Amino acid sequence: MMARMFGFGMVAVVALAQPTVAADYEIDIKGAHASINFRIPHLGFSWLVGRFDTFSGTFSYDEANPAAAKIAVEIDTASINSNHAERDKHLRGADFLDVTTFPKATFVSRSVTADGAGKAKIVGDFTLRGVTKPVTIDAVVVGGGADPWGGYRQGFAGKAKLALADFGILKELGPASKEVELDLHVEGVRK
Amino acid sequence: MMIKDSRDQYGAVSRVLHWSMALALSLLFALGWWMVGLDYYSPYYKSAPDLHRSVGLLVLLALGVRIAWRLINVKPNDDDLSPVERTASRAVHLGFYPLLIALMVSGYFISTADGRAIDVFGWFNVPAVVAAPGLEDAAGLVHEWSAYVVMALAVVHSAAALKHRYWNVTNGRHRMW
Repeated sequence: MMARMFGFGMVAVVALAQPTVAADYEIDIKGAHASINFRIPHLGFSWLVGRFDTFSGTFSYDEANPAAAKIAVEIDTASINSNHAERDKHLRGADFLDVTTFPKATFVSRSVTADGAGKAKIVGDFTLRGVTKPVTIDAVVVGGGADPWGGYRQGFAGKAKLALADFGILKELGPASKEVELDLHVEGVRK
Repeated sequence: MMIKDSRDQYGAVSRVLHWSMALALSLLFALGWWMVGLDYYSPYYKSAPDLHRSVGLLVLLALGVRIAWRLINVKPNDDDLSPVERTASRAVHLGFYPLLIALMVSGYFISTADGRAIDVFGWFNVPAVVAAPGLEDAAGLVHEWSAYVVMALAVVHSAAALKHRYWNVTNGRHRMW
């Protein structure tokens, strides 16, 4: 009995000790605890909201040294979903994402500036429609720790903004709709 | 002119179906071509596809009537054609049916792929029968290419009909004019 308790104690100590070392995480796609959402003004009257259903990615994160964090995400552009098949067909076409020519969009972080209070600016290369441009994600740590099923998780939220024309999307949607906002939610399971 | 088709010529019902569908399909092709290039702020950005869908579904209904009518009528003879012409003529005529079905059904699937119904002129809704992710893309390809092939067949058909109307009028009768 004592030995068992001691064993559990050791596991707990190890688990507590580990966050001080950079760990690699896989974004939880299987459980769908991550989402890549976008929104763009419709005529300036309301927000059109959609998301990319299929993507994958990894990140490394050390609570004690958040500036060393890295993240890489790959998005299946054809998985765009604005809850309207006819519109999604148009968005996948040459006017917008041109997914047959550019099936993937990627984000690879280059530098992270953390404020030490759970917020960070992640600057990285975002590639969309074959165009690579720096994009800044305003990220915030949501939480992290042992999950109830024997794993260890870490989660973030982020926001970014990008101009459609920067990525060669020139279809005119009106003066209010030049930029699209990204609303990102990422939960990783430690590998 | 008879209501029904005879061995010598098409009757009134077949003629109305033939010419109204010829007109509607030509307009649908032009409308479809034009509307996919419309600017988002065009006043026709919404109404043009609405009209295209509504007319398209009415033509699909007309096609059903036409196939049924064809099956319960005798076929006017094509004895004045040479064997080569006859084979080509029958291939073109028979080719139209599956192509038009593919064309219109695929159009219906583009708009109903996510379970939405199609509103026909505000008169009634045609509900979705299949909702499947990605159906709109597959249906879109079929719709586009079957439209091109139908229009190409229509050109061949029209050229052949004009030839027999003005060039070699064998017996002075006109089956469809």
